[in-house]
Amino acid sequence: MDPLQMRKLAMRSIAGTTALAASLSLVACGGGEKASGDFDGEVKVGILHSRSGTMAISENTVAEAELMAIDEINAKGGVTIDGKKLKIVPVEEDGASDWPTFAEKAKKLIDQDQVAVVFGGWTSASRKAMLPVFEAKDHFLFYPIQYEGQECSKNIFYSGASPNQQAEPAVDWLLKNKGKDFFLVGSDYVYPRTANTIMKEQLKANGGKVVGEDYLPLGNTEVAPIIAKIKQALPKGGVIVNTLNGDSNVAFFKQMKAAGITPANGYSIMSFSIAEEEIAAIGPEYLEGTYAAWNYFQSLDTPASKKFTADFKAKYGDKRVTNDPAEAAYMMIYLWAAAAEKANSVDDNKVREALIGVSFDAPEGKVTVQPNHHVEKLVLIGEVQKDGMFKILENKGFVKPVAWNQYVPETKGYTCDWTQKRPDAGKYKM
Amino acid sequence: MDLLYDTLFNGLAIGSVLVLAALGLAVVFGLMGVINMAHGELMMLGAYTTFVVQNIFKAVLPEALFPIYILVSIPLAFLVSGLAGLLLEKTVIRRLYGRPLETLLATWGVSLILQQFVRSVSSAFAIGLVLAVAGGILIPRFTPKAWWQQRWTPLLGTGSWIVSGGIGIGIASALGNQRALDQPWFSARNIDVTAPTWLRGSIDVGAVNMPAARLFIIALTVIALLAVSWFLQKSVWGMRIRAVTQNRPMSDCLGIPTEKVDALTFLIGSGLAGVAGVAVTLLGSVGPNLGGNYIVDCFMVVVLGGVGKLAGTVLAALGIGVLSYIVGSGSLLLVWPAMPAGLNDLITFFATTSMAKVLVFALIVVFLQIRPAGLFPQKGRMVEA
Amino acid sequence: MADWFASRQLRRWLPWVLIVAAALVLPALLPPFRLNLLGRFLSLGIVALGIDLIWGYTGMLSLGQGIFFALGGYALGMYLQLDSLEPGQLPEFFSLYGVKSLPAFWQPFNSPLFTFFAIWVIPALVAGVLGYLVFRNRIKGVYFSILTQAALLVFFNFFNGQQKLINGTNGLKTDTAVIFGQLVGSDGMQRVLFWITVLLTIGAFLLCRWLTAGRFGDALIAIRDDEPRLRFTGYNPTAYKTVVFAVAGALAGISGALYTVQSGIVSPQYMAVPFSIEMVIWVAVGGRGTLIGAVLGAVLINYAKSLVSEALPETWLFIQGGLFLLVVTALPDGLVGWWRSGGPARLIALVAPPPKLSTYPDLDLNPAVKAEQQQLEGPSGGDLS
Repeated sequence: MDPLQMRKLAMRSIAGTTALAASLSLVACGGGEKASGDFDGEVKVGILHSRSGTMAISENTVAEAELMAIDEINAKGGVTIDGKKLKIVPVEEDGASDWPTFAEKAKKLIDQDQVAVVFGGWTSASRKAMLPVFEAKDHFLFYPIQYEGQECSKNIFYSGASPNQQAEPAVDWLLKNKGKDFFLVGSDYVYPRTANTIMKEQLKANGGKVVGEDYLPLGNTEVAPIIAKIKQALPKGGVIVNTLNGDSNVAFFKQMKAAGITPANGYSIMSFSIAEEEIAAIGPEYLEGTYAAWNYFQSLDTPASKKFTADFKAKYGDKRVTNDPAEAAYMMIYLWAAAAEKANSVDDNKVREALIGVSFDAPEGKVTVQPNHHVEKLVLIGEVQKDGMFKILENKGFVKPVAWNQYVPETKGYTCDWTQKRPDAGKYKM
Repeated sequence: MDLLYDTLFNGLAIGSVLVLAALGLAVVFGLMGVINMAHGELMMLGAYTTFVVQNIFKAVLPEALFPIYILVSIPLAFLVSGLAGLLLEKTVIRRLYGRPLETLLATWGVSLILQQFVRSVSSAFAIGLVLAVAGGILIPRFTPKAWWQQRWTPLLGTGSWIVSGGIGIGIASALGNQRALDQPWFSARNIDVTAPTWLRGSIDVGAVNMPAARLFIIALTVIALLAVSWFLQKSVWGMRIRAVTQNRPMSDCLGIPTEKVDALTFLIGSGLAGVAGVAVTLLGSVGPNLGGNYIVDCFMVVVLGGVGKLAGTVLAALGIGVLSYIVGSGSLLLVWPAMPAGLNDLITFFATTSMAKVLVFALIVVFLQIRPAGLFPQKGRMVEA
Repeated sequence: MADWFASRQLRRWLPWVLIVAAALVLPALLPPFRLNLLGRFLSLGIVALGIDLIWGYTGMLSLGQGIFFALGGYALGMYLQLDSLEPGQLPEFFSLYGVKSLPAFWQPFNSPLFTFFAIWVIPALVAGVLGYLVFRNRIKGVYFSILTQAALLVFFNFFNGQQKLINGTNGLKTDTAVIFGQLVGSDGMQRVLFWITVLLTIGAFLLCRWLTAGRFGDALIAIRDDEPRLRFTGYNPTAYKTVVFAVAGALAGISGALYTVQSGIVSPQYMAVPFSIEMVIWVAVGGRGTLIGAVLGAVLINYAKSLVSEALPETWLFIQGGLFLLVVTALPDGLVGWWRSGGPARLIALVAPPPKLSTYPDLDLNPAVKAEQQQLEGPSGGDLS
């Protein structure tokens, strides 16, 4: 090779590297906030959500709510252990919307950063991927999302709804008010599959009928075959229960509207994964008149709820909205801090014991941790309004969580109680 | 009979989206043998253009004009995606002609960058980026002449990029402290593109329900197809493109500017991706991942259709559309209710959307066993043709 | 200095010295978590070796290695699920979907011997059959890449959608399984697995070395460089391609199994489209057709990814995309290729003091003189060096 060519080559490669470095550090900028106050020490906690990839859309809000709670606690002097004020220092990791990555990062937080506790996860698949890590290392995970139940781990605390706090009351409400013929649509993964298994048993027991069900691969946007099936199964209207997750929802509602499957034409559509944030992304025009069941709505008219929303907007921008997952994420940080103060230690084993029975005045109301590592929660049914908020149609009050579902024959009669000193406390016959 | 019409219409509806999305890819692949993995992201740019146009109409123009925003965004999306494609061709793809596999990887890299770009871009980011690029280009022009005759001169270009990159980062982070400038333009969230009301309803023809959005997309596809085939068959540049497709070296010898032809083809192919991007905003979500949802389907269409003939692309897309509708909706069971139990189970097994995809793709793989070069293979006398 | 860097011996042996030193020193230095990461990334090096065989040596770009990778992982995952159960018990997840008895294809995985073979024989068989069908029809180039991607999606959707057979999206977890009286996820066991990975990586490397060194390797390179000519000389490329594809499949299977036990989970995510493309990038960055480059690329990129995503998660896609572009356009032979062709020496020569010349004055090296010379000779002037 002659020298000129060689130099050109070297130059080109170097130019490439710099351009790359430039492009990457551009994103690296952004201000950090420093909590003030005098502390006697620190306690590290892990925050593990997808900050990149498909799920970042939803999980960013949850992570932001957690960081807000941490900032608030630090502003009030942190966690007090043995009379010492400890500052909560979050260690953030990115799960990248990839379940094995969640397992990897959980290991990193536990082994490398030695965090006291990990707050994280969204999809059930990510929780199921992290579960063995926390069990093998006997550590503690706080998980903030409504989920399919049928699980009660010593190493996980669930601050989201179990099926009997969301799906079951919603189905009862639909049966009572909207009709008996149900069509189930969901994304093709564990939460919709399991939730639909439960719903089918529930409908069987209460005189409803499942006229059809279908599953879309995550990210799929072609729903014409499903719409055809709905039209065949429910020509004159009926109930559609939607457990789609993420992007598919947009396609689903846009194409349903175009095909005339709307509330106006006699279809009652109930969604379990659509909160205020998702409505904004899908467009309220498409969702107006459909229903959702959650434990918290931004429109919940209590001082605590209003303060939560106002604080969130002040911190992250006026256009932002709060929703159920954010509220559950926010409350679980407080519950952990309260349990740590009660145990007078941040050791995960002591916190685990102290946690049961701890209460907190959450935006949805006063919540108390139950012996099965779940929370007693307020159950609300809402209808989407033009402005993208929910009108609360029914308030079913606080409902105690049930981990092992009582409609499904395999788990009927089983319960979970971590105050019991028995080896099978996670799942035993009542 | 109703069922037949229903199936045909829905198959056509699914297929027309595929035709529109794959059209640009087919043009580019046919001409240059380049599989553009960033095609989906060019669609995404088209969809984001629609979003911006929609917001401008909402904010600035009188409300009466709002219903036509979608028509305005079609040419704009063509332009935005086309120019992005042109830039891609000039900077990356040009260096890689004759190395299709490397092109595939490079364009995949571009698609990742574009995805993250729409997630991260904020005013501060954009200003920093523009300054860095401008600096990288301009700084070398203001350096002393003597510097250009040193042994380390080759490092000069790099050095100026480092300096300007540093300046860009510095300014971006300084500006990033301002909340107004630090707000991402689109963020990682999906954005809301609302179809105008005239595209939200549906028309009943006989027993078949035809959503307006679907009809619009079918019409758009037909127009795009007509325009592209007119361009390729009747215009001077179209003739040159066809000549290069058939025999590149010979065309070059006869004085056809192949470089310009390449650039033009890429511009058109990318522009068509932009138009497809406008269309899919009517059907699904608009977000950074939009491209990934369509790209593999587009590849299937192109590979199944074969290179060089638009008819192949159209037939392949419609075939896939009808097939996935029939399998996915389980309509076979309605036609023939008294099917033997075993067959019935089999059809029910595949009659969910996700399993229909498995079956359709598997059938494509099987089909390529019989016709390895697709439905309409390009005929030639070379060993590799 | 420059001479020293340019010396053949150094170029040849330095990477090896570094690798051996790293293998000896790192386990003592690294905390368990980082060591576990290293083990996982080394096991990814094995799948990369397979890709180097089929792409670097044979010129076939497969975007579907994830299939074989995941198959190996699932084979071991299924065994571990069954191994820690009492007789007659079912893996826990089955009860979620109401499955009462073990599906028939799970039965053989009760046997450790069967599993030992299944890990690499099943992927090899699948690869062999798939490869034979494709190669027999002389499908190659971009078509082959797209076809492997379609096959990948078929497998992905199937595994993702079949909860009742293999637990769908959730995949199978291995950390809480017990072998030899120890939890798979425990530190001690992970250390053992690390050493097994090191040994198997070396073994896989030697196997690939042996395959590529002899006549077989020559045939592979001939296929890459000019397949029709090889065929006209009387060889049958299909047989060679099928065999090498099956070997790559087997390597992917082994790699998947090792990766699974060190990650604690095997899930359909291993068959996601981007992951299989990333595998190709490891090889491209490390250096195609160098074998060692594949392993290096896999370890370096994954380590970088892990570190970057800890510090600045948003930037990883920029870096990855930029890396694709950089490697494809500026470093076509990857890091190892650059190193072997004397890249570092060239770089140093740009900044180091000029070499002493015996002639006076050093006219030949003076850039000013050179530029003048070029001007005088004009653009058509011959290059005297």
